[in-house]
Amino acid sequence: MKLARLALTAALLASSLVAFGAGDVKLDRMPVDVKPNDPVSLQRGAQIYVNYCMGCHSAGYMRYNRLQDLGLTEQQIRDNLILTGAKVGDLMTIGMSPKDAREWFGAPPPDLTVIARSRASHAGSGADWLYSYLRGFYRDATRPSGWNNTVFPNVGMPHALYALQGEQVLKTEVVSMPRGSKGEVEKHEVQKLVLAKPGAMKPAEYDRLVADLVNYLAYMAEPAKQFRTQLGIYVLLFLSLLFVLAYALKKEYWKDVH
Amino acid sequence: MAAAEKQPVTITCAGPLNGPLSGVLTWVDQRFPMMSLWRDHLAEYYAPKNFNFWYYFGSLAMVVLVLQIVTGIFLVMHYKPDAASAFASVEYIMRDVPGGWLIRYMHSTGASAFFVVVYLHMFRGLLYGSYRQPRELVWIFGMLIYLCLMAEAFFGYLLPWGQMSYWGAQVIVNLFNALPVIGPDLSLWIRGDYVVSDATLNRFFAFHVIAIPLALLGLVAAHIMALHEVGSNNPDGVEIKKVKDPKTGHPVDGVPFHPYYTVKDTLGVVVFAIVFCVIMFFMPEMGGYFLEYNNFIPADPLKTPPHIAPVWYFTPYYSILRAITEDFMWVLAAGVIAYAVLVIRTARVPVVRVAAAVIGAVLLVAFFVIEPKVWGVVMMGVSTLIFFLLPWLDQSPVKSIRYKGALCKSALAIFVITFLALGYLGTLTVTEGRTLAAQVLTLIYFAYFLLMPWYTRMDKTRPEPARVTG
Repeated sequence: MKLARLALTAALLASSLVAFGAGDVKLDRMPVDVKPNDPVSLQRGAQIYVNYCMGCHSAGYMRYNRLQDLGLTEQQIRDNLILTGAKVGDLMTIGMSPKDAREWFGAPPPDLTVIARSRASHAGSGADWLYSYLRGFYRDATRPSGWNNTVFPNVGMPHALYALQGEQVLKTEVVSMPRGSKGEVEKHEVQKLVLAKPGAMKPAEYDRLVADLVNYLAYMAEPAKQFRTQLGIYVLLFLSLLFVLAYALKKEYWKDVH
Repeated sequence: MAAAEKQPVTITCAGPLNGPLSGVLTWVDQRFPMMSLWRDHLAEYYAPKNFNFWYYFGSLAMVVLVLQIVTGIFLVMHYKPDAASAFASVEYIMRDVPGGWLIRYMHSTGASAFFVVVYLHMFRGLLYGSYRQPRELVWIFGMLIYLCLMAEAFFGYLLPWGQMSYWGAQVIVNLFNALPVIGPDLSLWIRGDYVVSDATLNRFFAFHVIAIPLALLGLVAAHIMALHEVGSNNPDGVEIKKVKDPKTGHPVDGVPFHPYYTVKDTLGVVVFAIVFCVIMFFMPEMGGYFLEYNNFIPADPLKTPPHIAPVWYFTPYYSILRAITEDFMWVLAAGVIAYAVLVIRTARVPVVRVAAAVIGAVLLVAFFVIEPKVWGVVMMGVSTLIFFLLPWLDQSPVKSIRYKGALCKSALAIFVITFLALGYLGTLTVTEGRTLAAQVLTLIYFAYFLLMPWYTRMDKTRPEPARVTG
């Protein structure tokens, strides 16, 4: 018993030692009303992607004609989403060479096909990260691009959507918070993004635009996801039925074994 | 036996049938030991009737092995073992190959499921003393399967050519670098290049799809043949062969594997499939533990990720590797002295006493001549290999945990907690507190094995029953 108690103490000690990870950035959650199966949101996201992102970011594992998943016809894809000379069955690649990109931005802009999967972490889903990131740009004169980001500090990418969002700045505020029961006050420095120069969109409109874009990026990271979960339900229904049969069979055979 | 002497095969289905099928089977059986294989391994292999929950995982491991081989074949049809196109070919499978995503998720989920099932299967062995005489070879073949499985998983993990694939392989191969004299040449030989590269990917592919699976299949056959030679253990740890029905000669507490355990294991497979499908269809990344998020970034030899963690099934050993620091060598040295003294004072055979003194002295010198990082690698290796010694370390008069005393029960409980805690620590970044925790846990890990001959003898056991208790 002594040993068992010791083990318990050790386990508790170990768990308290490992409970806290490094201080991660707190991510905003992707709005829940933007549904991953909403074709309007996804189509809008795709349109934003090809217009604003694909100048620099390829989606080199994704084919244009796969966008039929979003309820589009091949002709609609050709007319609205292919801005290059690409054929509808081609991969969504771009013309910028990695060598030029490195010269211009310091590092080639990453391919974004699976970005929503790679940016997931214990802090939140990849969509949460992207939603926070695309709303986290602020003016920073010390950076070569003139932009910095709260989620991705010292990012090489300039704010591609600034004409829509406007220009944010990072303000440091001192916030007083009550601490303990004796009316003590603790002062915290809080950094806050403030819209200094409005863009073409109101903040709520911009957030919605980013949400649609991120919704599309999440779709593109795993186009089969929708079908995967649907199929999963049927497979589990079948297996439940099989379970009943297998259980009955086992009972029948084992009824004589004592 | 000459072909003609064999009995004709009769198929029984509510009375003997004598159709053309019986003729064909007779023809085959006279040329191939079909019926004797069927009898020896299924229809007349008598297994204890009291198998419980823990006995499902052997057959499940077989099912997962088949799943991995079959899905693997289909993946190889579309995968490109080439550093320039490997990552893209995996995404091609996920998008453009019909049903490719399903095959790939089966394989990736299957890899983790294999370890879950095998760890539970091994835990069953620890619970009921399945490694004890006469099943030492069953256990040793099983351990070899486990080592092959780790190699198979390690080689396979490089193939998607993501950041974690790449840097995980880099870290593990660099471990060999630490070995004295041969280290640098050995790691160069394994990689086929100065860094992990296309050459490494190609050879890992060869190992993953040909070499290791062949070894695995052979070992699985040996594991089962050895098992069927000595017969299965059971939760009571008593031999069912001791009590046989005088008329039939079959064990009284045994049931033929087929149909009893084929139907029971079928039920197990269905339940397993349900759990497997819930993960595969609804959370294939399993929160980043089955498919690591960083592995969706293509391998970049110039960009080291800030935190490199192996996949969850390796993390207990990875923790032990990281626990061996320079300061910890003093603790290890003290441990070796204490252990040598314990052996010298209690061993009855003089040779053992001399051996303990000599090995202890050699280790003490070596600890301070060879640098600590080598010992990290050595300790990690020893922590996986030490399982081989279990049949001889366990000196308890009884096999099953049911009849062992509080000492053995707490030791096993502590070991399981230690193994899980080491595994959890291995997924995290290093801090001073975590290293200390890993060091304490490493000592407990080795104490479980090394002190086993003493605590299993001191333990107050209860007498085993003459027959299984159901």
